[in-house]
Amino acid sequence: MLKVSVYRYNPDVDEAPYMQDIEVEIPEGKDLMVLDVLGLIKEKDPTLAYRRSCREGVCGSDGMNMNGKNGLACITALSDVVKGGKLVLRPLPGLPVIRDLVVDMSLFYKQYEKIKPYLINDTPAPAIERLQSIEDREKLDGLYECILCACCSTACPSFWWNPDKFVGPSGLLQAYRFLADSRDTATEERLADLDDPFSVFRCRGIMNCVSVCPKGLNPTKAIGHIRNMLLERAV
Amino acid sequence: MVNPATNYGKNGVQDWIVQRLTAVILAIYTLFIIGTLILSGDVTYAGWKALFSLTWVRVFSLMALLSVLAHAWVGLWTVSTDYIKPPMVRFLFQLFCGVLLFVYVVWGVEVLWGL
Ligand code: SF4
Ligand code: SF4
Ligand code: FES
Repeated sequence: MLKVSVYRYNPDVDEAPYMQDIEVEIPEGKDLMVLDVLGLIKEKDPTLAYRRSCREGVCGSDGMNMNGKNGLACITALSDVVKGGKLVLRPLPGLPVIRDLVVDMSLFYKQYEKIKPYLINDTPAPAIERLQSIEDREKLDGLYECILCACCSTACPSFWWNPDKFVGPSGLLQAYRFLADSRDTATEERLADLDDPFSVFRCRGIMNCVSVCPKGLNPTKAIGHIRNMLLERAV
Repeated sequence: MVNPATNYGKNGVQDWIVQRLTAVILAIYTLFIIGTLILSGDVTYAGWKALFSLTWVRVFSLMALLSVLAHAWVGLWTVSTDYIKPPMVRFLFQLFCGVLLFVYVVWGVEVLWGL
């Protein structure tokens, strides 16, 4: 028996959010993922709402807070996260709750949109494709793999305090992905958009983002690179 | 990217550089004071007065004082925009910090040059 405590809130019905305690029977000798447990709970109580799609850590839709740490429910094994036979599930912190474990990601996406997450290059396009050397392509490793699950940004205190102005680790990782791309010609414009006291400089380097990223990426390092580019540009 | 009205025309890169530079100055000044205290053993009024009658000590102290001003201002401004959300309360806090820091500098100059 696993004791699960789930955050419940349906604004249409509930006056305030509350924690629902449910006991879940875990099949003998099996190490389930948290997402499987949510499935078992939903069988008992179909009113529980959560997002999921790929169930293999690819789509990024089931980011949530499990026993105090953000992660993807589908690739987080009970053996890794359960302490003392108890599992506490909450929505990603800092974003408005739409219902139960489903949060409103608008602010998160707005920050992503701000960094212009697409290649900008106004030079005439070559006949087939824009080529890149192997070394230049390698610069994008550890950046392009982000699945926008928001686990990092919603674990970041700076993002909690200023989600409208601080781009956040996820957006900044993507900002650097395009700053580092040899085919992108908008480096100067991109940097000019980031040199205010909030967008990049609210990062305090405490690396919550790094410790939760389910893809093992390092936004703090990318932010350091952006800061260095901004400093070089300024002096 | 961020509306200038909300960050008072500030530039994050400058703030960052100011914060690091002033930190270095303050660190050196602190070492200087601790070093003098250790080396001189007994602190006497006469010794202290002689030390602060040296022009370079005064200039160095003024530099440290101005560093406190800049460092504290950037830091407190940042903290206030993190934690104080009501604009009026935030403004009053910033005003209070600004005035206090200004008073410290004026007072410090008076002490240093005995005006
Ligand atoms: S390192 Fe920066 S971006 Fe990452 S959690 Fe800390 S403050 Fe946020
Ligand atoms: S950097 Fe990692 S934690 Fe952040 S959104 Fe991308 S995949 Fe998720
Ligand atoms: S369901 Fe797609 S990442 Fe978990």
